Amino acid sequence: MATAELTCQELVELVTDYLEEALSRRDRKRFEKHISGCPNCTEYVAQFRETIRLTGTLRDEDISREAAKELLAVFAAWKHDGS
Amino acid sequence: MRLVEEYTPGMRRLALTFVRTPALADDVVQEAWLGVLKGLDRFEGRSSLRTWIYTIVANLARTRAVREARSVPLSSLATDDADDDEASVDPDRFVGEGHWSRPVEPWRQVLDAEARAVIDAAIATLPPNQAQVIQLRDIEGWSSEDVRNVLEISETNQRVLLHRARAKVRAALEQYLGDDGNS
Repeated sequence: MATAELTCQELVELVTDYLEEALSRRDRKRFEKHISGCPNCTEYVAQFRETIRLTGTLRDEDISREAAKELLAVFAAWKHDGS
Repeated sequence: MRLVEEYTPGMRRLALTFVRTPALADDVVQEAWLGVLKGLDRFEGRSSLRTWIYTIVANLARTRAVREARSVPLSSLATDDADDDEASVDPDRFVGEGHWSRPVEPWRQVLDAEARAVIDAAIATLPPNQAQVIQLRDIEGWSSEDVRNVLEISETNQRVLLHRARAKVRAALEQYLGDDGNS
């Protein structure tokens, strides 16, 4: 039985489900079939992956030296009280 | 103290998705570490140490956000907003039967740090629950299971929130890096 093809507008809603392998076998096939014939959606998925990659690139640790010092002082005080 | 150095930045970022001001986030992190120290002998190893610590952060930050009655509207705490209909891509970008109205242009090359500034700005404007999920999944690189445990949300909800967050971050990058219609 023929399955309805995904539209581009439908596909963009399924990218995370696709990447998380949460699509049914049938939907995964529809997704891949659409991608193989659609340069725009191929680019969209590439951008989605690039977004995930860039989001995960390392940040400078944003704990300030002062905050760390303060934290250690709190621990020291706590240890002292607790013993 | 290696544990403190390793976890504190991430704990602070998670706290910031609830309370949104650095000073409050620092308070939450400090309180969380004290909670960890006091509760360590009650830690039963049913979850990983990391998940347990982050759960303490999430609970403290949530309570704090409600108490201060700021940043996190009660409505967004009460509902998971997974029922709302939010499009991943502006509907104007599609015509007819859901085809792209104009090509999806490749992005220009950019330094990671430059892109990250755009990404962090976009995440700061997300609804808190979306910010929390993308924070843990894509910034910290956690598994969906750990994220679900810390934030106490369902698998489906986690995926919906993650997708919305990513779609908005992608849109922000597109606006910054893509063809803005001038060419």
